[in-house]
Amino acid sequence: MSILVNKKSRVVVQGITGREGRFHTERMVAYGTQVVAGVTPGKGGEWVLDRIPVFDTVAAAVEATGADTSVIFVPARFAADAILEAADAGIRLVVAITEGIPVQDMMRVTTYLREKGTTLVGPNCPGLLTPGEAKVGIIPGNIAIPGHVGVVSRSGTLTYEVVYAMKLRGLGVSTTVGIGGDPVKGLDFIEVLRMFEEDPQTEAVVMIGEIGGSSEEQAAAFIRQHMSKPVVGFIAGQTAPPGKRMGHAGAIIEGGEGTAAEKIKALEAAQVPVARHPEEIADLLAEMLA
Amino acid sequence: MKLHEYQSKRVFAQYGVPIPPGKVATTPEEVEAIAREFGGPVAVKAQVLVGGRGKAGGIKLARTPGEAREVAKAILQMTIKGLPVRKVLVDPAVDIAHEIYLGITNDRAAKRPVLMASSEGGVDIEEVARRSPEKIAKVHIHPLLGLQAYQVRDVALRIDLPREQWRAFTKVAFGLWKAYQASDATLAEINPLVITAQGDLLALDGKMIVDDNALYRHPDLAEMRDLDAEDPTEVEARRYGLSFIKLDGDIGCMVNGAGLAMATMDIIKLYGGEPANFLDIGGGATAEKVAAAFRLILADPKVKAVLINIFGGITRGDEVARGILQAMEEVKPEVPMVVRLVGTNAEEGLALLQDADMITAQTLAEAAQKAVQVAKGGEA
Repeated sequence: MSILVNKKSRVVVQGITGREGRFHTERMVAYGTQVVAGVTPGKGGEWVLDRIPVFDTVAAAVEATGADTSVIFVPARFAADAILEAADAGIRLVVAITEGIPVQDMMRVTTYLREKGTTLVGPNCPGLLTPGEAKVGIIPGNIAIPGHVGVVSRSGTLTYEVVYAMKLRGLGVSTTVGIGGDPVKGLDFIEVLRMFEEDPQTEAVVMIGEIGGSSEEQAAAFIRQHMSKPVVGFIAGQTAPPGKRMGHAGAIIEGGEGTAAEKIKALEAAQVPVARHPEEIADLLAEMLA
Repeated sequence: MKLHEYQSKRVFAQYGVPIPPGKVATTPEEVEAIAREFGGPVAVKAQVLVGGRGKAGGIKLARTPGEAREVAKAILQMTIKGLPVRKVLVDPAVDIAHEIYLGITNDRAAKRPVLMASSEGGVDIEEVARRSPEKIAKVHIHPLLGLQAYQVRDVALRIDLPREQWRAFTKVAFGLWKAYQASDATLAEINPLVITAQGDLLALDGKMIVDDNALYRHPDLAEMRDLDAEDPTEVEARRYGLSFIKLDGDIGCMVNGAGLAMATMDIIKLYGGEPANFLDIGGGATAEKVAAAFRLILADPKVKAVLINIFGGITRGDEVARGILQAMEEVKPEVPMVVRLVGTNAEEGLALLQDADMITAQTLAEAAQKAVQVAKGGEA
């Protein structure tokens, strides 16, 4: 067991003939992910890696291959359209890697997807990795080993850092979910925490947050009320000044809200130990699971 | 991207929001001429992209054209929160009966825009929100349906707006919503929206922030960007697709990924150092990009050490290493450098850097400790 993706996931890559799409398709296939189709409008009929058929539309790809999961590499200005297309074609899970999608596009998209019952991860995220089974997105496969710790994070390379430190200590991962750094996105901490709570393979959870917004505070309240499994936390941006956007569109302290100190306080109040630096997460986990 | 007050108000006016017939000037003489043309008292308002202009003395009333020239002279010599005042807006003065607040912003938790109004306008709305949140009426707008008239009536009722003003208020609210939506704004705010002595509504101030990611479809707004009002190093960084924020410390940081960059700053602080900057070189960093990042960091004379932390995913360690070598030839840095490369092609990268004079580290904690030591003049 794992959450969201596994070796049975049938993946369609939207934007498969682009530079990023092609490169990461190769990586996903090499990892063992079932990439069954690609979509690039105007390139239907071509093949990628000599074995993945390319379609003009997601609907055609789904009909021909039974794809149930989509990963999106299309450029930002076409990404909202691509996500809606996937939802309308009956895709169950859409993982949007694309960075820089306008926030009003995302508000319309998330509203529509909620009505359709389609799950969205991202955008501006590294995607999902269920070690030993499948990776959907851009997380390097070799940095994590299979195991029992669920990881959910707003940041990409920071997640790599954490799961790699876990690997060095022999701690494996059930699934890693990068929910992305944008202010308006699909799955947030709470939804993923709930999935980990219900997943029998997952025994503990790592939650990696950052400054901006109030998702971590809401997650802390959820943990206090609904989580029986132990959670370890980390919050990036303790030294970030207010009013400056730290790279991620969502990482900004506004009106005195969204500071690291507030988030850490909320997590600690929910009995969640908070690491002082990323590598310390592995130490805290090892202690907790010993 | 933040718009100036005069720019925001002009955008609002395009969508039917009534604004004063103000004009922009850059010299006291122009201000005098504009005041003479208006023929009565005027407000002279500094155009800078920070809040709190009024408190800083950047907004002044003048009764005569001569007085307008004098206050403009003073305001145009001011620096408000580090930003020099280069332009002023001259508005005819208004007889104010009452001031209200009206704004639309993104509520990220609700994933919807939210319209907010308060009968306590003209003051810092965040202060009102903290002190008496019940004085702010909020209503969420469905992203696919848009603002509805009943929602505006509901808000009008909740802020005790006199019924005579409901019709005009609805027009302003819809104008603001259309401006927000059509401009891909993340904030559109009128504070204060005044009721004049004659009973008319008028947007006396305006503030708008436009989503940078949507500027490609708003060339007219993109043109309004005021590069003079921004930090030049941040402008330079944007040119290379880097995300750079200058801080006060002495340890320069170069990291891939925003979250990891923040965590790297934090760990420097944890071990007793002070980061000199936030710098995310992004995914798929090329040698050119790395070289540009280096120049940005080393342009700061305070920097005593540089910490490079790269966790290769899309970004490849060998490419970063080549960028570092290229940049070192160009910039010839005299400060010690601590490098940590992990992930994709990290070994190839480290091999390339072997002959360069650099300190290497295995873990992030080790890298941070070494950077702090050498920044303080010690041995790593």
